[in-house]
Amino acid sequence: MKKVHVTTTVNGDPVEFLADPRETLLDCLRNHLDLTGTKEGCGTGDCGACSVTLDGTLVCSCLVLGVEAEGKKVETIEGMASEGELHPLQRQFIEHAALQCGFCTPGILVAAKSLLEQNPDPSESEIRFWLAGNLCRCTGYDKIVRAVQDAAAEMRGAA
Amino acid sequence: MAKDEITKGYKLVGTRPNRPDGLDKVTGRARYGADFSLPGMLWAAVVRSPHAHAKIKRIDATKALALDGVKAVVTRADLPTGLEGEDLNLQENTLAGEKALYDGHAVAAVAATSALLAQDAARLIEVEYEVIPHVTDVDAAMQPGAPVIREGAADYSVPEGMHPNVVRHMEFGHGDVVAGFAAADIVREETYKTEATHQGYIEPHACVGQMGEDGRGEMWVCTQGHWYIRRMCAAVLGIEAANLRVTPSEIGGGFGGKTTIFMEPLALALSKKAGGRPVKLVMSRAEVLRATGPTASASMDVKIGMKKDGTVTAGQVMFRMQGGAFVGMSPIGEALPCAFACYDIPALKHEAVEVLTNRPKAAAYRAPGSPMAAFAVESLMDEMCRELGLDPIDVRLKNAAKEGSKSSYGPVYNRIGLVETLEAAKAHPNYAIPLGPNQGRGVASGFWFNHGGETSVSLAIGEDGTVQVSIGTPDIGGSRASIALMTAETLGIPYENVRVNVVETGALGVNEPTHGSRATFASGKAAVEAARQAIKEMCRRAAAEWEIEPEAVEWKDGAAQPAGPNAGKFPPMTIAEIGAKMGGTGGPISGHHETNAGGVGASFGTHVVDVEVDPETGRTTVLRYLVVQDAGTAIHPAYVEGQYQGGAAQGIGWALNEEYVYGADGRLQNTVFLDYRIPVASDLPMIDTVIVEVPNPGHPYGVRGVGETGITPPLPALAGAVAAAAGVRLRSLPMSPPKVLAAIKAARQA
Amino acid sequence: MARVHLWSSLRRFAEGQEVVEVEGATVGQIFDALARTYPGLAPAIAAGLSVAVDGEVIANSRSAPVRPDSEVYLLQRLKGG
Repeated sequence: MKKVHVTTTVNGDPVEFLADPRETLLDCLRNHLDLTGTKEGCGTGDCGACSVTLDGTLVCSCLVLGVEAEGKKVETIEGMASEGELHPLQRQFIEHAALQCGFCTPGILVAAKSLLEQNPDPSESEIRFWLAGNLCRCTGYDKIVRAVQDAAAEMRGAA
Repeated sequence: MAKDEITKGYKLVGTRPNRPDGLDKVTGRARYGADFSLPGMLWAAVVRSPHAHAKIKRIDATKALALDGVKAVVTRADLPTGLEGEDLNLQENTLAGEKALYDGHAVAAVAATSALLAQDAARLIEVEYEVIPHVTDVDAAMQPGAPVIREGAADYSVPEGMHPNVVRHMEFGHGDVVAGFAAADIVREETYKTEATHQGYIEPHACVGQMGEDGRGEMWVCTQGHWYIRRMCAAVLGIEAANLRVTPSEIGGGFGGKTTIFMEPLALALSKKAGGRPVKLVMSRAEVLRATGPTASASMDVKIGMKKDGTVTAGQVMFRMQGGAFVGMSPIGEALPCAFACYDIPALKHEAVEVLTNRPKAAAYRAPGSPMAAFAVESLMDEMCRELGLDPIDVRLKNAAKEGSKSSYGPVYNRIGLVETLEAAKAHPNYAIPLGPNQGRGVASGFWFNHGGETSVSLAIGEDGTVQVSIGTPDIGGSRASIALMTAETLGIPYENVRVNVVETGALGVNEPTHGSRATFASGKAAVEAARQAIKEMCRRAAAEWEIEPEAVEWKDGAAQPAGPNAGKFPPMTIAEIGAKMGGTGGPISGHHETNAGGVGASFGTHVVDVEVDPETGRTTVLRYLVVQDAGTAIHPAYVEGQYQGGAAQGIGWALNEEYVYGADGRLQNTVFLDYRIPVASDLPMIDTVIVEVPNPGHPYGVRGVGETGITPPLPALAGAVAAAAGVRLRSLPMSPPKVLAAIKAARQA
Repeated sequence: MARVHLWSSLRRFAEGQEVVEVEGATVGQIFDALARTYPGLAPAIAAGLSVAVDGEVIANSRSAPVRPDSEVYLLQRLKGG
């Protein structure tokens, strides 16, 4: 199938790539732009490992076509730390041991950042329901939820 | 970093520093199986059988190979013949031969210049099947008339007269069970069933393989054990192990499912056929569920005799397990010894059979066999405690195995910590919280052997006194941190000065995988021995410098020091000073340790769960959950807690939701995470943990291994809690809402 | 001589005995002695066995030491997740 030229912005940088119209945004990020921090766990939008934001909206990049990124702004895990400084969520995840294998971690961090942008003071239940689309098989979620709570508190200036 | 336990006198062991790979993993930089690429790389796709049982009459790849960009196709005809035993199993699971044995069985593979092109090409490969009768249920497979999956497959252990699908048999016990049951006040006998579940690691299997016409190759792969990958690929392809260099990627979960091969030889075979171009092969989630891993399904009869005071007088089990269409894959040999391992019972009889079915080749899953066995035995224990009005923890304490007890599988236990976990569970506040309507509490204990195994570790002192440790057990849950802690503790240097690397097959002797809860135990033990060897050499270098006897030098606080006043007066020579000078004092300083690690300490745990069951929908909500487990010594307590919590979560999924659903056509019906539903964040509460520490005398820091036991108690604990909450006892997992609701309705009508 | 306990389904290969006594200073020597004395046990040993020696479970080591008065239990080959 003839490829489509896509121009978009990823983590603030202008990028271009040629996408097969059948390729997902996830495939394009990983295979055309070498942004392999975004993971594929299912390809059906059930596991959230491929979470990115598209014009600020949290999406599963496996359910978005690469050509749909044309003219939009994509944010991935690679853009989460700014100028060498970790986002509070990233730091809290390390300090809380909120990851074991770490495969789901990029997607969970992207999703949690999106949550805290909309709700800076989420309850435990709100965190759990927001992250219900991000599967983790290692941790039982306990330390993940605590890390998000502490990052939220830190970002509110309450820590 | 707060010290959790100061009485042991360790400086670092027991602290919670940040893991060394944390930064890479929160920034997306960590490279997993599918993240690796090479110049000129091709992509592969696999053609899989849509039938549960079918003769393969013809495979025609003409149309696929005619596509521009398609470089190679492999079928079973491309693989060597003459393999036997498990090697033949591995080859046959890699690519079907005369028969496809389960829905999803690989039949052919193709490599092309892009992933989409490879998928297009796979669809053009024509396979002609002759569908034959199939069976997927363990009990149905033993019935007269059930289709025979392999003629003459039974091994030496199977007595004559059993169904041809029964391929292994095991029986053991001790004492007089007839007298034991006669001495009981009540004797109960029930049948329990568990469905197959999948390990459910979020990272699908992925590898890049490269192999030249000369049979030399390389592989980058997500695996729990890259020497196993090397040995198995070499066997399946008929090449020499040393000619295959395997580098493990970071691994996105394994839980036993990545201790073997499923598709890795295909990447190498395709690469060889495509002129040596590297080939990437990544499974889809549906491929993972249909054709990798799952655990066995089980049908289990249990009989227990108990006195009115809770003393167990005798126990008997008969387990039937299927591990797919391949001999030797069900965990009957683990399930039976685990069944009554928590108890000191005078008379026991264990029997099990392994049955072939048209299902995928089962793989190890966290404490293989133990969760099913516990579901059966601990559920019946719970039913009898309730019948007699006895506290379940008191009854377990009364019968608990301890040091000196004869275990259910024969040998006498060394120091073990089951009693301590029971006492800690009973003393925990969760055990006293009052329950409301439709709520119930369940208790269960669990056991796992733990494992040492083949281990090779190398350690090198740097020119600045920092230390590099090379290990061969892939780090899945933070073992690099725990091994760095033990190494730094032994050397008396800061944790940050030790870097632990998981290295490729060319860099160390053979290592078994990260399995059997062994990484922190065995690689840690070997790293400590390697550090001790380096310390000895550093003391020798200092002695030579000081011109005194090596025996007059001791190692303390990261430095060589005169061992006493008679040794002479010299200022301590630090590891940094020794490292800076080592080029001139005799060359590089390193330590090695190779062993088949012994000194394994058995693991026990006790869980307490509270649930609420909605009588209108049958849905079970987990209100609170407590894991108490003996770690021996918790090297990095945060990651010990993580193992407890993760094991509990997997067990909760097994108990409440997860199951393989096969249609009448023998096809797996739930091949995506939407339908094979593992616990999500909103399904679970916080999971409380208590780390009991009864040090294992067989490890320099007392480690037992903590990875597996935690998945075992949730199955029966949840069953007991649901029974208490809803008034119905489910003896078949999962306790999904429709099943619970049906049981509630049936109880109302009765 | 070490006392080696056979699980029930192995006993038919050892004249029905539950416990057999064989010479051997290591697990491997015990296996070899068993296979020599009771050839019917050879397939089971070849298929791979684990053992418990004086209470310690040993999954796959032929070199593990066995004392003259050790109590050895044969187990099916153990696998871990």
